Amino acid sequence: MNPLLAARAQMEVSLAFHMVFAAIGIGLPLLMVLAEAIGLRTGDARWRTLARRQARVTAVLFAIGAVSGTALSFELGLLWPRFMRLAGPVVGPTFALEGYAFFLEAIFLGLYLYGWDRLSPRAHLLAGAGVAVTGMLSGAFVVAVNAWMQCPPPSSLVTLDPWATFRSAAWINMAVHSTLSCYVSVGFAVAGAAAWSLLRKRPGDWHRPALSLSLSMASVAAVLQLASGDRIAKMVAVTQPVKLAAMEAHFDTARGAAIALGGLVDQDAAVLHGAVTVPKVLSVLAFGDPDATVRGLNDFPRDLWPRVAIVHTAFDVMVSAGTFLVALSAAWWIWRFRTRAAPEAPVPVWLLRALVFAAPLGFIALEAGWLVTEAGRQPWTIQGVLRTADAATRSPHAVVTFATFSALYVFLGAVVVGMLRYLARTPVKSSEPQP
Amino acid sequence: MTPAVIMAALVVLGLIAYGVLAGADFGGGILDALARGPRRDAQRDAISHAMGPVWEANHVWLIFVIVLLFTGFPRAFYALGAALFVPFHLALAGITLRGGAFVFRAYGPRESASLRVWGRVFGIASVLTPVLLGTCLGAVSSGRVRVRADDELMAGADAWHSPFALVIGLFALSLCAYLAAVFLTVETDGELRDDFRRHALGIGTVVVALSAALIPWVFVAAPHLGAGLLSPRALPVLLVGAVAALASGYGLYRRRFTLARAATVVQVACLLGGWALAQYPFLIYPDVSLVGAAAPSATLNAVLVTIPPGLALLLPALWWLFRVFKSTR
Ligand code: HDD
Ligand code: HEM
Ligand code: HEM
Repeated sequence: MNPLLAARAQMEVSLAFHMVFAAIGIGLPLLMVLAEAIGLRTGDARWRTLARRQARVTAVLFAIGAVSGTALSFELGLLWPRFMRLAGPVVGPTFALEGYAFFLEAIFLGLYLYGWDRLSPRAHLLAGAGVAVTGMLSGAFVVAVNAWMQCPPPSSLVTLDPWATFRSAAWINMAVHSTLSCYVSVGFAVAGAAAWSLLRKRPGDWHRPALSLSLSMASVAAVLQLASGDRIAKMVAVTQPVKLAAMEAHFDTARGAAIALGGLVDQDAAVLHGAVTVPKVLSVLAFGDPDATVRGLNDFPRDLWPRVAIVHTAFDVMVSAGTFLVALSAAWWIWRFRTRAAPEAPVPVWLLRALVFAAPLGFIALEAGWLVTEAGRQPWTIQGVLRTADAATRSPHAVVTFATFSALYVFLGAVVVGMLRYLARTPVKSSEPQP
Repeated sequence: MTPAVIMAALVVLGLIAYGVLAGADFGGGILDALARGPRRDAQRDAISHAMGPVWEANHVWLIFVIVLLFTGFPRAFYALGAALFVPFHLALAGITLRGGAFVFRAYGPRESASLRVWGRVFGIASVLTPVLLGTCLGAVSSGRVRVRADDELMAGADAWHSPFALVIGLFALSLCAYLAAVFLTVETDGELRDDFRRHALGIGTVVVALSAALIPWVFVAAPHLGAGLLSPRALPVLLVGAVAALASGYGLYRRRFTLARAATVVQVACLLGGWALAQYPFLIYPDVSLVGAAAPSATLNAVLVTIPPGLALLLPALWWLFRVFKSTR
């Protein structure tokens, strides 16, 4: 393994790991304050229990998110020194904004987690809302950096415009899409966990409220996600045509292009075997016109192709998961309206099972989506400006650090899973957290 | 003052805040590992109680330092990334394990086996990380990290494990432990307070001994730094620091704990500030200077304009946090 491969692999592992916790840090605080707010309004103690349980989970996961994020901010420079030297002046100020958001988030979180008995109910709720808002903002800021790498406004590296990140055509679209993805993935994960407990017939009294609340949030976000995904695909078609072609494993330029689902990519022969195709749909999705011309990969030099199999498969995974989640949301609301179910009515077993199945899908879609975005941008680190091979470290130690950090993250991930299972079965102590 | 100098000053202020606040958190972990005797568990409880609400916020100062560094001085960051590739990674592993161990211990099973394992990890990571970060500072000021005009590293990837850098690492470790012990005397009372006072006095002696060894050594291992420390820029600051160190020892001895706490903060701030002034105008002596490595002024100004509104949001929030959890007795 050469330093370039090692650096890429380390970045992939670190980001894929961080992303799970970052998404939870954005999504879970929202659920937590919503539960607390409902509890304050209705005086129903179950909501407060729910909020406290979610706060406890947030505390553990946020800490892992914070340390893995710290690692990332170093890794940007350690693994991609040439990228940071070139782009630091452009993206740095955005990271500074993100720093303020993190800072506020960490402060509000400290107040929230340890302030149950020290703050008035209102101040406490306010601190929780602070966590949710600053978490969302920090995500939007860091995504601006990524958007700039996808689609740097022309000449921003010549003028070194320090706010060029927010002028990238991709920013708003990506910020909306990725923020929604946090609510989708956290919402369905919480709903799935609650459904699992309800199925096992030993539920706590907070599980049914948890199910309703998380599904309300997740279903709204899932529908918006679909719309935002469509917008983002249309944008990519214009700004990164190679990536779009790779997403669809679309090799030959065509008018009224068909969409290809699944299939095996043979990159050397430039063919896709055994995919299901639907005529004209790709042209509609990319340009909103059934007869539009969609450029294929063969129009571009081969050394500008990303790894098509990865990008195509990841894209199919994201879109299938997203479509399934929208369908599931629809099923939930149809059941509620058809049966005019009281908010507390027992949920049918088939729906609970489907929700358990869906629990990991949001996170799978989120990881797959980032894979599309990042692997699809290859061979570029900054699209059209800086190649990944030129950005990477030359350190001979990169292989060792990759191996070490991968082992570290696997280990931490395993412990976190164990912790979550432990937290699920133990009640919240009134004096918590009191190590 | 040019924007580059203001930016460098902000980096140093961030470093001081990190040194004082997160340094005390690291020190908490060190004291945790050192806890002995009949009140061992009570000592450990007091430590996690003090750290719990604030450690995440304290930790963000490091992120600020890194962000300001790569934004303001991208060429220096580039060279540091190559020279400190290994110790930075090791420190990151330490930071990661430490944060994990802290929350796993705080929220995990109360059975003693799991508490013991995570306590051990927390203690070891709390010791190694400040040593590593200290060796990084030592490497940067040792004069052994050499950088070509095109920013490529020529020599010095091993500077962080030179004896000089290692002793600076140990010095950083003892300062962290001292900070924590002094802070904890303010946040506890009774016998627990006596325990921490005794710890502080013991560790304070180590700090004094290490400084006594380091001062002559600086002139041998890094003469430019020695000269810088004696320069009219740095010397007054260091003298204030020395007076503060005496005051903090006196405060401990006479049980004037809030005085000791304030004096210790001044001591550490002056030490880091004095070190930075001694380095000036170099970021990495002798090849990377502040002006030479600075980003274009549009970038520097962009960051500088975010500071007043940023602080206007941050300071009240920080004040709220510390008022709720640190207004003791
Ligand atoms: C819960 C997660 C989730 C779900 C259900 C979807 N996405 Fe997504 N998608 C992401 C989570 C995600 C993401 C957060 O992982 C990405 C990576 C970069 C970004 O901004 O969002 C992303 C990127 C991304 C991109 C690439 C953007 C780029 O490269 O710049 C496209 C074209 C889509 N999405 C399209 C869709 C479509 C058509 C969906 C239809 C259902 C969809 N996404 C559902
Ligand atoms: C290269 C990219 C990234 C870097 C360098 C980075 C850096 C960081 C850092 C330093 C922290 C710790 C902050 C603290 O201590 O509170 C952090 C946490 C966080 N990051 Fe990232 N991050 C990256 C990618 C992302 C992305 C893409 C998102 C969201 C879309 C994101 C969202 C968050 C959030 C919400 C937190 C708060 C802590 C948490 O909830 O776990 N980050 N990140
Ligand atoms: C948070 C979600 C993200 C994920 C899951 C992610 C994923 C990845 C992956 C898989 C790679 C390796 C690509 C390959 O080798 O095929 C990569 C590379 C990289 N990413 Fe991202 N990325 C994310 C966000 C970001 C953000 C926000 C930034 C910038 C601030 C960023 C900066 C980079 C850099 C500098 C590289 C190395 C150069 C490259 O391989 O393109 N990433 N990322």
